[in-house]
Parts: sequence; structure tokens; C-alpha cells
Amino acid sequence: MAIWFRHLVTDWLMLRRPELREIPFVCVLPERNRMVVTAASYLAEAEGIFAGMAAADAKAMTINLQVLDAIPGKEARLLRQLGLWCMRYTPLVATDAPDTLLLDISGCTHLWGSEQGYLKELVLKLRTSGYDARAAIADTVGTAWAVARFGRVSPIIPAGNQAQALLALPPAALRLEQPVLERLQKLGLRTIGNFMLMPQRELRRRFGEGLLLRLRQALGLEEEILLPVVPPVPFVERLPCLEPICTATGIEIAVQQLLERLCLLLQNEGKGLRRAVLKCYRVDGKMVQTGISTNRGSHSVSHLFKLFELQIAKIEPALGIELFLLEASKVEDVEVLQEKLWTGNPGLADNALAELLDRIATKVGQDRIRRYLPAEHYWPERSIRPAISLQEMPGTSWRTNRPRPIRLLPRPESIEVMALLPDYPPKVFTYRGRRHVVVKADGPERIEREWWQDQGVHRDYYAVEDEQGQRYWLFRSGHFDTAPEWFLHGFFA
Amino acid sequence: MSQSKRDIISQLQKDILQWEGYQPAPAHKHGLVGLGPVEAAFPNGVFPVGTVHELVCENSGQAAATGGFITGLLSVLMQQGGACLWIGLSQMLFAPALKNFGIEPDKVIFLNVLRDQDVLWIMEEALKCPGLAAVIGEVQTLDFKQSRRLQLAVEQSRVTGFILRNSSKKPGSTACAARWHIKPLPSEAIAGLPGLGFPRWQIELLKVRNGQLGSWIMEWDEGQFSVITDNPMVERSQRYG
Repeated sequence: MAIWFRHLVTDWLMLRRPELREIPFVCVLPERNRMVVTAASYLAEAEGIFAGMAAADAKAMTINLQVLDAIPGKEARLLRQLGLWCMRYTPLVATDAPDTLLLDISGCTHLWGSEQGYLKELVLKLRTSGYDARAAIADTVGTAWAVARFGRVSPIIPAGNQAQALLALPPAALRLEQPVLERLQKLGLRTIGNFMLMPQRELRRRFGEGLLLRLRQALGLEEEILLPVVPPVPFVERLPCLEPICTATGIEIAVQQLLERLCLLLQNEGKGLRRAVLKCYRVDGKMVQTGISTNRGSHSVSHLFKLFELQIAKIEPALGIELFLLEASKVEDVEVLQEKLWTGNPGLADNALAELLDRIATKVGQDRIRRYLPAEHYWPERSIRPAISLQEMPGTSWRTNRPRPIRLLPRPESIEVMALLPDYPPKVFTYRGRRHVVVKADGPERIEREWWQDQGVHRDYYAVEDEQGQRYWLFRSGHFDTAPEWFLHGFFA
Repeated sequence: MSQSKRDIISQLQKDILQWEGYQPAPAHKHGLVGLGPVEAAFPNGVFPVGTVHELVCENSGQAAATGGFITGLLSVLMQQGGACLWIGLSQMLFAPALKNFGIEPDKVIFLNVLRDQDVLWIMEEALKCPGLAAVIGEVQTLDFKQSRRLQLAVEQSRVTGFILRNSSKKPGSTACAARWHIKPLPSEAIAGLPGLGFPRWQIELLKVRNGQLGSWIMEWDEGQFSVITDNPMVERSQRYG
């Protein structure tokens, strides 16, 4: 199915600014030092103004012509948005610049009764929302495209009747380039029927391979692939509702049903879900969505339902939800493990632990869960790095040959210090207004900055113990003879 | 005759413990966590795993000492290979130091959340998960109801929970099995060498369900707890009793 928007940009402008409905207007863009019309409104077209004309000529033809600056790229964005909107009619929508949408509707029309009903519903919806759309249904992209633009008889071409439908249409309906069209015009070939049955050899010699390709595509002899706006998700479940749903219990039941169907699908394929998105299409035309992710592929209904249960409160049903869509946007192969009679203590490989972390991540956010692995750096802040996954094992061993505090401040805090000799550990230091007298001290342990990473002075670390027996990790930033600053960086056990 | 009376009383005490849900100690469970004489203070002489312990600390120095003490306990609890969850309000625990207390830092999963409610929610969920070795939660306050919820969660899964209370306020009553207070003490020089010795703590048991209170001085010495002085407070409590 092809949908052609005759006045895409101008229709959009008229929706945004209702005062433009009454007057002819054009959008212009500078091109080779002159202003060229890129889009003309319906009224302007009635005056004989068309895209590609110089703006000065257009102004000369009509007195009250309004000239607006075109927004580059607006057309493509609009088309994409409309394409996304059309996703409610079929999962596979492609855009064909500048102004056509291509929909793969195989297996979708019966939901609206017939192809007739489907087309009527879609075009009516578009027209009532203000877009001047023409649509056509055919077996091939080429024919649908041609009939949407140039067809005069019926917008629905029965299966296998492409050749008949194309006979009376002009060559421009075949999506040809301008020089080829001009040559056809010169030779008096005004309809496709005039040359459709000519020998291919002749056509190729005179008009090139492009014409033949387009013709064969339109007739269905050559495959044509649509590039969808949103890549189709292989695992997706839809649940349309008879009555709009606006209670939490209703949403829960819907999610449960969707999950049961999706998990069965995944299980049969030996896949597990890593990320899923629940899209709720509301009566008022808006869409709300919520997502979950798991640490490990899962097709367990009860587990996934628990994750969604935490999210249900975030869904605003407003006037009601008429369609639920559950997509598994990321799946992975899962190994089917034999159940063990005696379960040991599998540690991080434990499935229950992965499920627990999924629930926590759904509640407070994945970024709050951290596991650390050693990194080969001496600089304390860089000596650990967060693990990427639950399965990742440390590449190097943890170092234990140097004292490290059990609690490290995220940012060293400045302290005031008195040392007996400049190079000695401090005798007294004041931290947050409290004076600590140092009784024992170890150090210094000098840690240099990594010059290839950042600039600055080294740190000399001391482990000290005060009168109460509390142990601290202090450092002096830089050499003792350059008015150094002292910091407290951690607490030993 | 008095000997037989004492036997009867101790038998009755054991029965009462059993009715309250304490399993009689299996022979090999003695000295489970390496706390030595401290374990004798608990019912049946066994450190209760599968319950919630509460540790109070008043300042960051005590919090560090408490962290060290818990990590020492974890090194035993995690020997079977289980993982452990550490839920805190602020991310301050430094993973490389955990190795010194005998655990693999990469087996500890840190959770950094902002509110007490979130800590308790996560803790309750985690305590229901039997695959974990231990769950540690740092909170500011804990009331009786919340602690009861945690206790109920633990009774199914037999996971050990630790609640760290970073607050100088006087704690109210909770349903936890024990309340500890760990204070750092000046360390003793090792063999006359200058500098810091092994970390030394004063370990106080402020509350034990069906056990005896006490106070001990302990050190973390090369991968295990070692007792410096033995239970001075028991005598006092006996004197008052």
C-alpha cells in the first residue's frame, strides 16, 4: 500500500497556523542565488504555481501570495512521524522521500474487515486530521505508488492485475528520472501501455536499464525491498482491548496475558528476554511506554511479571488504553540447564540472584548496582573499575601488599596539619573542626600521577592512628617544601 | 541432688530454646565464624546465622571499624562461594581493602541508594533470596516493624542480615537477634616495630536474644579474629543479677 501526501509541508503549516487556510502561500528556499518554491499550498496550485518555480515568478502571478521560508529537512521529519503513526495499522512502514509512505499490509487488512475498509479507515483518519492523502493498494510497491498518484479508477488493484492497472497511466508513474521521461515524451509514448509490450532489448538500448527495472518491479517480476522506519521486532505480542482499560488491575491482566504468549514464543525458540518494552496506545492518541531489562536472558513469566509489576504505577492510562504492545527488543540464547537435585551455592552464577538484581534495577535503576573489579593502576581512585556484567571475572588479582582503607571518601577532604619536620607524618590534624593527636603513623607511600592520563602533583600517603585508636589515611599533595596541602582520604578498620 | 537439679534446669532451658525456634547446635558448627569466646554468649553457644544482626556506630571511624568486623565475619560466611549484597546510602566502601579481610571483593555487589525506604525494600527482597551468603544494609533509623519484616524474610531463606545504623541517636527496640557496637582501639605495635599494628576493636554485645551480654577486645590478625581480653562484662552482669 502506498500513501501519497500531495501537500505534506503546506498541510502541516495550515494545521499549525489556521490563518493560512484562506490564502495561497508557498515555501521557498534559496538555490543558486535565487529563491525557488519548494512547496505550494492547494490554493496556490490552483493559481498555477508549482514546486521548482522561481519565487519571483510566483509572486508576479498572484497578488496576495504569502511567501514563507522553508525549513530544510522538515518534510522528511514529517513523513517519518506520519510513518510512525501508521505503525498502528501495520508493523512494517517505510518512507519513500519526499512525500510517500509505503506500508506492507499483508495479513493486516482482515482486522478492518476488508482491504476496502482498511483503506477507507486509514485515509479518512488522515484526511480528518488535515492531511491531503491519496492511497492505493496493490501487489507491488511500484503499482501501488503509481496508482496512488495517477490512478483514476479504483485505489485497490486486485491480485495479479498490475499490468492492466498500469496500461493507462503516464510513464511518470513508474518513478523514472527526468531525462528518460522527456525522451519518452518526445517519442510520443504517453502511457505505459504504449511501450510495455515492446521488446526489452529495444527499451534497454534507448532508455537504459532504469526503465526496465522499474517496469519489472511494478509488474512484480523483480523483488523490491522496503526499508522500514522502525526495524520490525521479531518477538512482539499485541493485545487490542474491546473496552479502554484504565485500572491498574486491568493493566496487570493485560501484561500477564502478553507475557504468557511472548514467553511461550521465546521458549520454543530457545531464547531469553534481555530487554522488553510495553507500549500502551491510549484513546487520546498518545502512547506511553515502559521498559524492563534483565541481567540474563529469561523466559519465566513469573519473574518478568514481577519486573513489570513495579512499573505499572508509572503508566498513566488517562481515558483508557486501547492497545497493548509488548516487544522483546533484545533477546539472547539461553542454555537450558538440567535442574539439580542438590543445589550448592553457585554464587554470582545463581539464577535467583540475577532475578533479584533485575527487580532491584527496575525499582531503583541499573546504575545504582555496582560490582568492582581490580584495575591495574596505583592511583587509588582508578584502582577499581565497575564490572560490565554479572559474569565478568577479574582479569588480574587484587593487590594486598599495601594498606588500603576500608572506607574511602569519594573526594579527599581538606585537613589542617601540624608536622614536626616537613617530611614527617603529621603530629596533629584537624578534620571537620575536631583535633586529632596522632600517636602512631606509617608511611609515606608515594603514589605518582599517571602522566599519560592527567597532570598534577604526586601524593604521599600516611596511615595514622589517633589517641582514640581511630585509624586514618592521610596524604600530602605535592612536595613538602612547596606549601603542600593535606587531605584525609579514608578510614581504616 | 543439686547436680541433678542443675541438669534439669539446663535441659529445660534447651527445650525452651527449641520451642523458640533455635536448632540445637550440630557438632561441627562450633566456632563457625571464628569469634572464639564471643560465640559462647549466644544461645547454644553458636553464632546465629540466618538472622538479622544490628550494629550501631556513631561516627565514621566506628563505621569503618564495623565495616572491618562485618567483612571478617563475611569471610567465613562466604566460604561456600555465595555472593553478598552491600546496600548503602553513600558509596564509600573501598573494594580493594576487602581482600585484606579475606573475601573476594568482586563477589560483593554494592548498591548505592538514596533513601532509607529503598535500602529496607531492597534488603527485604534480598533476604528472601536463598542463594546469598549475607546482606548488609546501611540505614539511619530502623523501627520495630521494619526489623520484624526483615526477621520474617530471613526465617524462610536462612540468609544472614546485618543492619548498620549510622546514627548517634539512641536506638529503640528491634526484633534483631543481636545488637553490636564496635569501637576502634589503639593498636599494639607488632614485635616492637614502629607504626600501626593489627586493627584492634572493642566488641560489645549490647543485646542478645536468649544470650549473655559481654564486651571483648579483638584483633584482626592475618586473616582471623584473635581475642585479646576475655569478657570482663559478664562478671558484672552476674554481680548485678
